[in-house]
Amino acid sequence: MAGSRMKLELSKVVQGRCRLGQLKEMGRMGQHCLDIPGCLLYTHLGTVPHLTQDTLHTLSSLPTVTQVTLSNIAEHQDVLEEFKGGFKKFAGLHDTVLYCSLHDSAAQSPTGHTTNKTVSVWGSGGRIELTVAKFMALQRTVQPDWYQTMADGETWQTGISRKRVRKSVDRSLAHLDECLLVHQKSQELDGVSVFGVVEGGDILEERLRSARETAKRPVAGFCLDGFQNGAMDQALRSQLITAVTKELPEDKPRLLQGVGRPDEVLACVEAGVDLFEGFFPFQVTERGCALCFLFDITPDPESAAADEEQHTAGETQPNGDLNCDDQTHMTRFEMDLKDKRYQDDFRPLVEGCGCYCCRNHQRAYVHHLLVTNELLAGVLLMIHNTSHYNSFFRAVREALANDKMDLLRRRVLGTVKEESG
Amino acid sequence: MAATITSEADGNLKENSMFLKKTLAAVSPLTLRIVAECPVTKARACDLTLPHSSVSTPVFMPVGTQGTLKGITADQLEGLGCQICLGNTYHLGMRPGPELIEKANGLHGFMNWRRNLLTDSGGFQMVSLVELSEVTEEGVKFKSPYDGKEILLSPEKSISIQNSLGSDIMMQLDDVVSSTVKGPRVEEAMHRSIRWLDRCIAANKHPDKQNLFAIIQGGLDAELRKACLDEMTKRDVPGFAIGGLSGGEEKDDFWRMVTLSTDHLPREKPRYLMGVGYAVDLVVCVALGCDMFDCVFPTRTARFGSALVPWGSLQVKQKQYAKDFQPIDPDCQCPTCKRHSRAYLHALFKSDTAAMHHITIHNIAYQLTLMRSVRQSIVEGRFPEFIQTFMKRMFPSPDQYPNWAVEALASVNVTLE
Ligand SMILES: [Zn+2]
Ligand SMILES: [Zn+2]
Repeated sequence: MAGSRMKLELSKVVQGRCRLGQLKEMGRMGQHCLDIPGCLLYTHLGTVPHLTQDTLHTLSSLPTVTQVTLSNIAEHQDVLEEFKGGFKKFAGLHDTVLYCSLHDSAAQSPTGHTTNKTVSVWGSGGRIELTVAKFMALQRTVQPDWYQTMADGETWQTGISRKRVRKSVDRSLAHLDECLLVHQKSQELDGVSVFGVVEGGDILEERLRSARETAKRPVAGFCLDGFQNGAMDQALRSQLITAVTKELPEDKPRLLQGVGRPDEVLACVEAGVDLFEGFFPFQVTERGCALCFLFDITPDPESAAADEEQHTAGETQPNGDLNCDDQTHMTRFEMDLKDKRYQDDFRPLVEGCGCYCCRNHQRAYVHHLLVTNELLAGVLLMIHNTSHYNSFFRAVREALANDKMDLLRRRVLGTVKEESG
Repeated sequence: MAATITSEADGNLKENSMFLKKTLAAVSPLTLRIVAECPVTKARACDLTLPHSSVSTPVFMPVGTQGTLKGITADQLEGLGCQICLGNTYHLGMRPGPELIEKANGLHGFMNWRRNLLTDSGGFQMVSLVELSEVTEEGVKFKSPYDGKEILLSPEKSISIQNSLGSDIMMQLDDVVSSTVKGPRVEEAMHRSIRWLDRCIAANKHPDKQNLFAIIQGGLDAELRKACLDEMTKRDVPGFAIGGLSGGEEKDDFWRMVTLSTDHLPREKPRYLMGVGYAVDLVVCVALGCDMFDCVFPTRTARFGSALVPWGSLQVKQKQYAKDFQPIDPDCQCPTCKRHSRAYLHALFKSDTAAMHHITIHNIAYQLTLMRSVRQSIVEGRFPEFIQTFMKRMFPSPDQYPNWAVEALASVNVTLE
């Protein structure tokens, strides 16, 4: 059976939905594990944006799973075929679990190119059309530890018809069956985990049908697709995900695609999601911002008060919008380091942050790098943002373990002070 | 807090400045120990001790124009063995400005670089980057490209900015004339550079912790260069730069001016050849007696995918490397070559800027390794043999050796095979 190795061990389930645990025995040798709720390491062709292995490994605890997308890889198929050693070796990646997804959630690709038999990905050289045969040939050359099956996820535009949504569910199930058929015949993919893709747009019946049907297949886990920003608001997203995860077997992980904002991550964890893609810190980096939201819920009133003070003093005051659907728009969870007020601010990006950037550099320096368009700005911001985001996920797991999700949510949203009076 | 400490220090320095100027030689924060001299050529290997750390020469100094080196962190640069790098006074003086950098404990503090820094005077950038700059006896006048304000960069102003930056080596403001210009303007610039040197020496607030280098001018006219050398070497400056070259002049003129300069520079002081960084130029000019070099080329070219190798360069973005699974240089020990293939870097160039960082790291490693090998060969008394091997590797056949290099090397008793 496909994906026989990956095992999910749940240590706690809150309100029958919200799960804490560990994915075990991942990778070909079964030597890796990943805590859930957790996020994957976002990359461009196996490289965390802006970072070399040296700068990446200044980060102390990296996600054990590296995500690559076929939109990056497909154009290099002939190269990988000639190389023969698989993508991990090609990209100089050692000691990581490789997960191969279809699209890059940080890059919106054009729609209208999906057919009954094909989906398209967009690489540097333009559109590449994939049939199941080509899709599976790619997986055989990439040799990931884990991949999502081919799926039609074009249901996120506004005003999409019920008929189109039904078609996306049907097509995705057909692709899944075809992929599994090829997978089972491919020796190269022996022991590789397969995630089926749940579609259904914003239509509850279609979501349920997609979930039930996918769950009948021998998959190792599930990708929840079509929930990304712009597709729907968080209330509807939470409602649909809650309904979908009820239909999915408890012992298999659920990966949500296209959602990364901290408040939405929390809501989706509460709706039953285990895994997230790590693209959000990259988007924050690209707009010259640094994540600065609070997530510390240790019962130390003194430090909590200090955090509050720092926040209310206006220094890290969020000036983004909470309800903006545009993925490129600044959110309230970050500070805009291009802002002039940071030009003579000699504090680290976030007090107490242990990342390479905060240990060695000051806001004034990063501000200078941004206004002079220096490449090091992206390097330092990516290090900090990745570190901050990973620490946030650690805080989510701790909050779950200690029944403090409410407190964490209020801390992340910056409303602790008001509510505690 | 930091600002208070600095102003107190300044106060003390003002009181002491008379005393400091008189005893400049004694307190100059630089020592040069000659470790070995090539018995055949004019090459030498030295230990140069500067305020932040010591530097093994001959040395190549990477250029970090705006307080950063093309996407490379200070830790990475240190990891590559870089002991000194450059910052540009013109750029840093504009943004973020000397006051801010002074508050950040100088450029070292601002960019968090523990080793040595050299800053230029800002004059060269002004003349080459800013339109409508005008040189008078006072200094260089120009309009700020940021707010259009008229600014005068005088020798005093240049040193004041460099004092704020806190570099280990500062350069005098010189009157820069393109090396292809001839006639009375070259002579005027040479004499003015001498007068400006005296004004720079007088303006240096920190002679006890910042070394001021003189810049030899005189264009391509041997008489003028000789006159400039005679005058400038009368001043007790900690080191000398050879300026006004590598600006598009004929290589034949270039090497003759270099060797003329080193012939007349004092043996016990460092010699810095400005703006030179191509591998062949470096090896030849070490043979002519230069100790220090800088050039933007290795880092600038990396951004376009050009990797430096012992046989020239390798354009990673070219199609022929798409399926080439070897490292850039199989003998290179840099982090890029130890992990990544030409094919992966070729592919990565289409997806992420980290591809540029990989090549930048390799190119800096190439330059620093080249200079370490040069030094090692001088110390071991086999520099002439090193030159032979280096040239054979760099050019497919001896008839492709550039004529100027053959002649320059012959002038220091090395006949290429
Ligand atoms: Zn940080
Ligand atoms: Zn290398």
